[in-house]
Amino acid sequence: MVEVEKRFVTSAREEILQRIRRATYDVPKEERPEDVPVECGYRKKDDAPREEMIEHFAENVTEYEATVRRVSEAGLKEAITQTCQERDIRRLVVPPGVPEGWLPDSVEALRDDTGTLLTNQELDESDGVLTGCALGIAQTGTIVLDAGEGQGRRALTLLPDYHLCVVREEQIVGLVPQAFAWLADAVKREGRAVTFISGPSATSDIELDRVEGVHGPRTLEVIIAG
Amino acid sequence: MTIEAPDAFSKGRTPTFEESARESLANAQLRRNIGKATQAIRTRRAQAVEELPDWEELRQAGYDLKTRVMRHLDEYLLQLEESVHKAGGHVHWVRDATEANRIIADIAKNHEAKEVVKVKSIATDEIKLNEFLEEEGIKAVETDLAEFIIQLAGEISSHILVPAIHKNRAEIRELFIKKLGAEDLSDEPSDLTNAARLYLREKFLQAKVGISGANFAVAETGTVCVVESEGNGRMCTTLPPVLVMLMGIEKIIPTWQDFEVFMQLLPRSSTAERMNPYTSFWTGVSEGDGPKEFHLVLMDNGRTEILADDIGRQTLNCIRCSACLNVCPVYERTGGHAYNSVYPGPIGAILTPQLVGIGRPGTDSLPYASSLCGACYDVCPVKINIPEVLIHLRGRVVRHRQDGGGLKGKLDPENVAMRTMARTFSDRRLYEAAQKAARISQWPLARSGAIHRLPGKLAGWTEARDLKPIPEQTFREWWKSRNGS
Ligand code: SF4
Repeated sequence: MVEVEKRFVTSAREEILQRIRRATYDVPKEERPEDVPVECGYRKKDDAPREEMIEHFAENVTEYEATVRRVSEAGLKEAITQTCQERDIRRLVVPPGVPEGWLPDSVEALRDDTGTLLTNQELDESDGVLTGCALGIAQTGTIVLDAGEGQGRRALTLLPDYHLCVVREEQIVGLVPQAFAWLADAVKREGRAVTFISGPSATSDIELDRVEGVHGPRTLEVIIAG
Repeated sequence: MTIEAPDAFSKGRTPTFEESARESLANAQLRRNIGKATQAIRTRRAQAVEELPDWEELRQAGYDLKTRVMRHLDEYLLQLEESVHKAGGHVHWVRDATEANRIIADIAKNHEAKEVVKVKSIATDEIKLNEFLEEEGIKAVETDLAEFIIQLAGEISSHILVPAIHKNRAEIRELFIKKLGAEDLSDEPSDLTNAARLYLREKFLQAKVGISGANFAVAETGTVCVVESEGNGRMCTTLPPVLVMLMGIEKIIPTWQDFEVFMQLLPRSSTAERMNPYTSFWTGVSEGDGPKEFHLVLMDNGRTEILADDIGRQTLNCIRCSACLNVCPVYERTGGHAYNSVYPGPIGAILTPQLVGIGRPGTDSLPYASSLCGACYDVCPVKINIPEVLIHLRGRVVRHRQDGGGLKGKLDPENVAMRTMARTFSDRRLYEAAQKAARISQWPLARSGAIHRLPGKLAGWTEARDLKPIPEQTFREWWKSRNGS
């Protein structure tokens, strides 16, 4: 069975490649892909002052109907505690790498450690998840997760109904191109999964009325720490 | 209101655009829904684009990158295959819909899946995967809210991005009560959405196999990408232990860094947002995170035919943003069903006839479903010159008719004009000369960016349609000057 399948697939492969070569007969033999010019006249970097960039990020996240607050590094625990109390969060999913100092005394931490991973059901039944992030993009108000420290595997930020994300000021970049440049290493060297989150999930499928929160966390809160 | 449209990818005869459009035009509710929707998106999109001072530069880069990919598609596909293998994924090549359906069904069967969860993918609609799986005893559950609604109603979608655009809230409420057994349901969109969330959550958690389409695939790294709003994409691509992705071979981009162009172009063109709520990028399989098995299915199904036509080739640049639908005056009035295809609107008018092949009355009518106003070209984030391709395809249709058809129709003005154009199109040197001549001679005729009347033999043809001016420099011209020949 496996053998048959393989032969069948291989021949499709050869045939498609042949079809492509026939179809692109007009392309000169000596032309390399890099010979086809790509004009990169767009902006690659934002030179705005740092504080402006952070404000811009905060504004854009807010526009997506996510709550944003700014605190000092020292005030982080208090801010997290307060947020959890307001939302009545008791069972909080905590990925590896989240600093102990962030955790409110009032919550039960559900840890997703190697060896004892949380089940989908446990995630589904939790009250929320607390993470850091890899980057914030000011231009678009996007939070970037790359499965690194303090973020964990993808399911952790997907099944709970509430996501509280801490972004450090120095993690905020200006433009979209800067984010992809920054992430290149994690992707190329380690093949890490990357998720862009811009506000809570949303749909406009019913009469184009925007509804916040379809699948995934229906509420997103962001704390900018610096 | 139920619309059942036969589709262009089925074997039988599909009605012509005119026949179906007449039906749609008679439907006031449909027209109201579509009108409301397209207008809202149009305004928001314009704002989102205005925010970027470098929008035109991004469009150019998008066009350039796609041009590069199409000219060297064989190399890029081989590179993609190698990258995905290295990252622990499987790659399958399929020539057509039958092979694609077969391989996907076999993967599902190997894992004893009776039910699979799907995230919206027009490619899977194109091959009618759901119907095929059903025959094999596998139920495909659509998880995109609009697709879910359409599936419950047993219809086909009317818009790439908002497939349920033709249904209003009262109709959806009734459907949910009937099909999901939901009680105490108001017709508030938030309540309706929540009902779907609860129902689908169970499906996500139980599914053994997830199926998705692809927005992009990076040759350099093997990274693939799904751009979405609702989170069902993340669910489908993260939770089931086995993930199958079907992608047309044209979806490739060269490098990871190239996302910096497409992830700016797509969200603003599509949903008019700075960024869509969720975008997932993954590379093969990650230890302890997401699916344990990843299959990438690379599908031709007519695409290499499009590649072989050097004017039609740009059709493959399409990133399925649906911006061209929302600005199209014809689409706005007729709605998506009139196109009888999973690809409606201006892009559908050029993509569908090329995918199924010229010479079928239903789809041959599609290149005529346009006033050639050129609005689609102006908004297209990858600069597909849709009017140019439409005219070119009309020429091909006419030529085909003349080769096989009798005297009938030969004398109508369009055919006469088309014959002249067709002869010109069939010879590259003549065509280039004609394009140049047209550019030089067109400007006294151009009024507010559109040519209203063509001289000589072409006059009869422009009587019914406005023709967009021909661009300053064609790719071929530019290419020649660049190579100094
Ligand atoms: S043709 Fe252009 S505007 Fe239309 S869907 Fe494709 S990319 Fe978007």
